[in-house]
Amino acid sequence: MTGSLRTVGDALARRGVSRRAFMKFCGALASSMALPPGVVPAMAEALAKAQRPSVIWLSFQECTGCTESITRADSPTLEDLIFNLVSLDYHHTLQAVSGFAAEEAREHAMKAHHGKYLLLVDGSLPPKETEYYSTIAGISNYQMLEEAAKGAAAIIAVGSCAAFGGLPVASPNPTRAVSVRDVIKDKPVINVPGCPPIPVVMTGVLAHYLTFGKLPDLDHLGRPKVFYGETIHDRCYRRPFYEQGKFAKTFDDEGARQGWCLYELGCKGPITYNACATVKWNFHTSFPIESGHGCLGCSEPGFWDRGSFYKPLSTGELSKATTIAGAAAVGVAVGAAAAMMSRSRQEKVTGGK
Amino acid sequence: MDLLDFARGPALQWSLVIMVFGLAWRLTGILLLKKKPDFSEPRYKDTFHGRMLMIMRRMWPKEEFVRNSLLDLVLGYVFHIGLFVVVFFFLPHILFIKDLTGLSWPNLPNGVIFFVGAITVAALFALLMQRIMTPVKRLLSNFDDYFSWFVTTAPLITGLLAAAHVGARYETLLAIHLLTVALLFVWLPFGKLFHTVMVFVSRGATGGAFERKGAAI
Repeated sequence: MTGSLRTVGDALARRGVSRRAFMKFCGALASSMALPPGVVPAMAEALAKAQRPSVIWLSFQECTGCTESITRADSPTLEDLIFNLVSLDYHHTLQAVSGFAAEEAREHAMKAHHGKYLLLVDGSLPPKETEYYSTIAGISNYQMLEEAAKGAAAIIAVGSCAAFGGLPVASPNPTRAVSVRDVIKDKPVINVPGCPPIPVVMTGVLAHYLTFGKLPDLDHLGRPKVFYGETIHDRCYRRPFYEQGKFAKTFDDEGARQGWCLYELGCKGPITYNACATVKWNFHTSFPIESGHGCLGCSEPGFWDRGSFYKPLSTGELSKATTIAGAAAVGVAVGAAAAMMSRSRQEKVTGGK
Repeated sequence: MDLLDFARGPALQWSLVIMVFGLAWRLTGILLLKKKPDFSEPRYKDTFHGRMLMIMRRMWPKEEFVRNSLLDLVLGYVFHIGLFVVVFFFLPHILFIKDLTGLSWPNLPNGVIFFVGAITVAALFALLMQRIMTPVKRLLSNFDDYFSWFVTTAPLITGLLAAAHVGARYETLLAIHLLTVALLFVWLPFGKLFHTVMVFVSRGATGGAFERKGAAI
């Protein structure tokens, strides 16, 4: 997969992609990034002239769900992405070679495109203290990330594991896993969380970088605002039912069949920032809430440890009722003791009368 | 652990523990106090009627006081009823109570809740202004009055802000709302807000004493 830094326009022309198809593609991209239509010609021009950057994709403590997701990208498709937009020089799952040859490809890309390549990381990684909990070709994830990050123009943490630690960080975090940002402090890291992230969000971020030559505006968690600027709840088509106070009580009751709000069934949409409700999944077909299940909040830090997915957001994460019962019992005991002391004092004063 | 996790977890947990402990302590302490011996012959031995009557009669002042306290009365009723509606008929609140007790009931539409909530906040501010502007009330008021007003009003305002997404991100507003609720829980047994529990107990006790003596209720 090692490729020279040809322009995107060259690559498209070589593959016989028409100008019209390319403009349609840019239009779809601009739309997904909420850019005005007027920007499409400029975007097309910038993209056509853009050099295809070398991309190194490192997979650490992950489940390959993020890669599975990106293979279902439709605008651009994965093929468009790796044949036209970028030169994917290293990716465990997608590359043909394996073993030493694969590692050689990575090392070659890192040397040849030093300072220019994009580093994509999915999965969290054990920190230096426990780095050998996860290794690839005898190299710890920690060491591989540190080395690869040195020559990267930008780093994109793909998926919630890379962005926030995700499932590996969930209690009790046996490998003491950390996120990419916990390790890399001297380079811009853009977080594209989700479990997995929406395909078009991943490709959109790459396209934004190619078009504008810089990373998009980020929120306080390092996520591109264009895709993570609003909550699922705010853009949910079931929101009117929330306002009307109409809620499904179970997954198969009349409310569920009527498409009422899933808040009572534990939907975390109100505190989850992602583009699922607008961009949707599977070629823009649907998203979890549309399929009848509440949002799990997978693009938020620590979503796995936020208690049950099926507990409403307004309920507390309280420990056992015995704690409350214990507090009542202690309160009764203290109150009784106080009353007894008061009675005793009263009897002393009145002489028992 | 972020602010919301803290608010939903330890803050709510410990505030509930303190509230339950405080309520149990103060209620038991009061109910087990030695009663003053009354050696007189009771006019009526069964005082249940007097207790109930006093609870109802004290819902409205004697006629001669109505004119002077009409504004207090109206504002007081508006914010008490408003609080009741907002606390007990907003679905997220019902779910919170259901999670604690297993009890639930139908909810009202959010629009109704927000409207009632806004009116309740307005009534609370009007009462605060009245307390500050009226010299006698101002002299009678102490820290307990103002702090009790604050811990009652703060969850209402933060709840409305969270619902309207005004001022900060929703999760931050929700966390602040939950923290103000936790503050209310902690203060409830120890300040004047304890009347939420004692109002009927004290009125009933007074009614019982009046009935025993045969005094007019």
